[in-house]
Amino acid sequence: MREFWSSSIGKKIAVGISGAILVAYLVLHMVGNLNALYGAGDGDARVDDYAHWLREFGEPLLPHAFVLWVVRVVLLCALVVHVTGIVQLRRRAAAARGPHKAKPIGRSLASRTMVVTGVLVLAFVVFHILQFTTLTIDVTPLREGAVYANLYWAFQKWYFVLIYVLGVCAIAFHLRHGIWSAAQTLGYVRPNRDRAIRSAATWGSIVIAAGFLSIPVCFWTGVLGAPA
Amino acid sequence: MILDAKIPEGPIEEKWDAWLDAHRMIGPGNRPGRRVIVVGTGLAGASASASLAALGYRVDAFCFQDSARRAHSIAAQGGINAAKDYASEGDSIRRLFVDTIKGGDFRAREANVWRLAQLSANIIDQAVAQGVPFNREYSGELATRSFGGVLVQRTFYARGQTGQQLLLGAYSALQAQVAAGRAHVHNRHEMLDVVIVDGRARGIIARNLVTGEIERHVADAVVLASGGYSNVFYLSTNAMGSNVTATWKAHKRGALFANPCFTQIHPTCIPQTGEYQSKLTLMSESLRNDGRVWVPRDPNETRDPNDIPEEDRYYFLEERYPSFGNLVPRDIASRAVKAVCDEGLGVGPVKRGVYLDFRDAIARQGREAIAARYGNLFDMYRRITAVDPYHEPMQIYPAPHYTMGGLWVDYELQTTIPGLFAIGEANFSDHGANRLGASAMMQCLADGYFIVPRTVTNYMATLDGSVSPDEPAFAQTEREVVERIERLMGIGGRTAPQVFHRQLGQIMLDKCGMSRNAEGLQEAMREIAAVREAFWSDLFIDGRADELNPSLEYAGRLADFLELAELMCLDALRREESCGGHFREEHQTEDGEALRDDEHFAKVTAWAHTEDGRPVPHDEPLVFNEVALATRSYK
Amino acid sequence: MRFTLEVWTQASRDEEGHFERYDVDGIDPDASFLEMLDELNARLAAEGKRTIAFDSDCREGICGMCSLTIDGQPHGPNQVTTCQTFMRDFEDGATIRVEPFRSGAFPVVRDLVTDRSALDRIVQAGGYVTTKTGPKPDPNAAPVPPAVQQKVMDAAACIGCGACVAACPNGAAMLFTGAKVTHFNLLPQGQPERASRARSLVLAMDAEGFGGCTNYGECARVCPQEIPLDVIGMLNREYRRGARREDDTVGTRT
Repeated sequence: MREFWSSSIGKKIAVGISGAILVAYLVLHMVGNLNALYGAGDGDARVDDYAHWLREFGEPLLPHAFVLWVVRVVLLCALVVHVTGIVQLRRRAAAARGPHKAKPIGRSLASRTMVVTGVLVLAFVVFHILQFTTLTIDVTPLREGAVYANLYWAFQKWYFVLIYVLGVCAIAFHLRHGIWSAAQTLGYVRPNRDRAIRSAATWGSIVIAAGFLSIPVCFWTGVLGAPA
Repeated sequence: MILDAKIPEGPIEEKWDAWLDAHRMIGPGNRPGRRVIVVGTGLAGASASASLAALGYRVDAFCFQDSARRAHSIAAQGGINAAKDYASEGDSIRRLFVDTIKGGDFRAREANVWRLAQLSANIIDQAVAQGVPFNREYSGELATRSFGGVLVQRTFYARGQTGQQLLLGAYSALQAQVAAGRAHVHNRHEMLDVVIVDGRARGIIARNLVTGEIERHVADAVVLASGGYSNVFYLSTNAMGSNVTATWKAHKRGALFANPCFTQIHPTCIPQTGEYQSKLTLMSESLRNDGRVWVPRDPNETRDPNDIPEEDRYYFLEERYPSFGNLVPRDIASRAVKAVCDEGLGVGPVKRGVYLDFRDAIARQGREAIAARYGNLFDMYRRITAVDPYHEPMQIYPAPHYTMGGLWVDYELQTTIPGLFAIGEANFSDHGANRLGASAMMQCLADGYFIVPRTVTNYMATLDGSVSPDEPAFAQTEREVVERIERLMGIGGRTAPQVFHRQLGQIMLDKCGMSRNAEGLQEAMREIAAVREAFWSDLFIDGRADELNPSLEYAGRLADFLELAELMCLDALRREESCGGHFREEHQTEDGEALRDDEHFAKVTAWAHTEDGRPVPHDEPLVFNEVALATRSYK
Repeated sequence: MRFTLEVWTQASRDEEGHFERYDVDGIDPDASFLEMLDELNARLAAEGKRTIAFDSDCREGICGMCSLTIDGQPHGPNQVTTCQTFMRDFEDGATIRVEPFRSGAFPVVRDLVTDRSALDRIVQAGGYVTTKTGPKPDPNAAPVPPAVQQKVMDAAACIGCGACVAACPNGAAMLFTGAKVTHFNLLPQGQPERASRARSLVLAMDAEGFGGCTNYGECARVCPQEIPLDVIGMLNREYRRGARREDDTVGTRT
């Protein structure tokens, strides 16, 4: 295991797998969020029920919010592995390359901006958690458990909408290179699948981004109305 | 001196086995204490180094390139012959042997050639076991094709990169021995002399090309695998660095140099287009399978080649050699091309070129079929010349390509200096006066994998004791090497080495090239002497001797070419006959074909260096018991 | 044709380098890039000046010795070796920047000459089939299907020039190493050492200080032999395979 982590390919495989875990979570999260599109309901928004269900999942077999915490711990570990791996690989690459930087010959914008988009995504996620999970960034009055109302009021502010649009775009950009790259690192890319995996990466990122963005956009444009 | 080739007694089929059964061996426990130096890491050098190291000897391999993998064997395109008869045509060792002897115009030693044919099949097996990816049929079995005008399909190939793949096989085998600690590759090192102690080769003096340090390397046997000397012509298909220094230094220390005038000029190369040109690029001989060679009948022709009608085209190979046509052997094709250009019929900017035209082949077989066969060659031609051979005929002209001459060696591949061996193109042994296509790599690998590991063992088994690098002979040789470098650096003239090299090349190409005559050769010798004198009085080398200095390397190599060139002319002058690549204008039939003189020249001429600078020839008669002497005819 | 050249000049490995400007004119458009440098050197020599050191040998695109970075691109603009790059590919009057291959693992020896022996050492770690010279089975006893043969040959075409490393923002040698692993691990002769080969080579690659791959794909864009990016996928797969068998001996081959 030590040899695996210390070798460049082993570390990249770890980065790829942790990335894949994060992407899998993103998909679930996005699908879950789409519950918001059902609207306010009659003071009983579907997304509020969904949030509630997440916390109660597995009860009484499992303690309250147990699954949620397991997921959070797994995600945090994946994130730590992902970021640590990348930081170490970057250091290695800088030393390997030496002082003369490589001119871009044909590499894509997404691949060149992985570190930038990665940092942006990380910053965005921290912001997002501070806002909607810990309710720390409490500009619009936030209430625990009132997910729909929280979303509605937050996305009446243009600057929150903008932050979310930018954050989600950064994620999409990161994924566009990240998904294909992980597939290549894990050895799934073969000549006959290359095209398919590349377009899956592109379309996957677009779908994830569209799913996430539909929510702030719908609130901002008034498609989704005020909570009851 | 009587040249004893040490050919074993007995029927030719059994000579090598008899030799193997009788040769002296060294026990495994004693092998790590024995050291062998191998100079050059091409097919011959790398295969010898790998095989000797695998036996357990300590091997020091030297190459001037930055990696052993870059030796010029890598550029061999076409293929390698082997008498495996995979095509079920009734091919055999004897047939390969006969073709090679005849192809060499009866100037090679029968016993050596037989052994070469005998070992040919083992080479393929060895290479495949190393992972060399020869082309295969749909069944997954090895593919073969015909090559160089023989009647069987015995040539194995790996796309157009057979040399590269075989070399990488030998190189990787050598790297495995490096990993095991038995072999050491000294890259960016150039051998500048061989050290003789008590009449035996006991080491070399080499220059570390990066630091300029002069190093002593001790060994029990020294194997030279340093390739040929086509670069004496300045423009050739050889690599820029290919040189004669190792073999020439050995010659000056007492090794005889055999048949230096036997050089091969390859017919299908891209012609020279300007002064600036540094090398000529070979286009595979296989192009002549479908391309037709012609020139306009009118020397003042100005039309575009595609506009010249059939009756105004002179298909000179087809007209002169109706039965073989465009597929005549290399020496004959080259000479015919030169002849038409000499008549003023040549094409191209300097009128030194002929058309190689695929128009008819494309019309008959379709562009697809031609592209499948020669696509990569066409691309290469277009990349270099910016002319598309699908639409306009290629232009070709012969270029120096291979040298059959080299250090004289006996059956054991040992030179006249005990302990000094020469293998591959560096020796003279197997190709006579003309080498057949797809047989250079065969010889390199037979020598390196299978012959020299045995004969070096046999030699070292008789040695007792080792020498120290502090012996006076090492100090003395090192001093001479250093003095020569100082002399070169100190000339203080104004002319760069390349200028002299161009002059030398022009003389050699004109007077000791595809056709030669006594007057021209004598003139050439005078001119070479004059260039040499100018070289030693007006040479300019920039930089210092204790750093990486390409100009100094170049000058050192050129100084040796300037000496070798004269010996080539002398040898060409003495050989009063035409055979293979050696065509003396005085000796030709009425219709201009080569006229051999078997009575006087069925022999090898091996030259000894003497102190007064006048080389002395020694003859080794060639006896033909297996193949009757006959005139080659491709009419 | 006329050019202004900015050529990297460095006296030795331990000294600092800088760009030196040269003007050359009267260059034949059909001269190769290296022949243009020959011409420049000849003129420098004629003026008694120091010439520019650069590597080249076969000059027909197969030995892999030439190693120039031209206007930031290893080998030059056309995805062929420098020796196969011709001056007609440049604008008359252009300013061209000439550097050595750039990578921490390829230290500069002098001017445009680099030390690429790290690639040899990767091969030494297992880029071969361990076999002695001697009697071997008949090659047709282990047939190789054409599809496999094709892939093997595509990978084996590598000339070891190191352009892939020089083009990589990470200084990785994955395309080179991947080509070796693809070549040997697909062949029947390579099977006995298959599991350990990828691991040994990757260990050696890391030990030489090459960077990791982040799938930019620049290596394949400059490779004069057009080695496909797929060999990196193959290397990743084979490494994973090998890593599952950690009890195999690695680095103790004899």
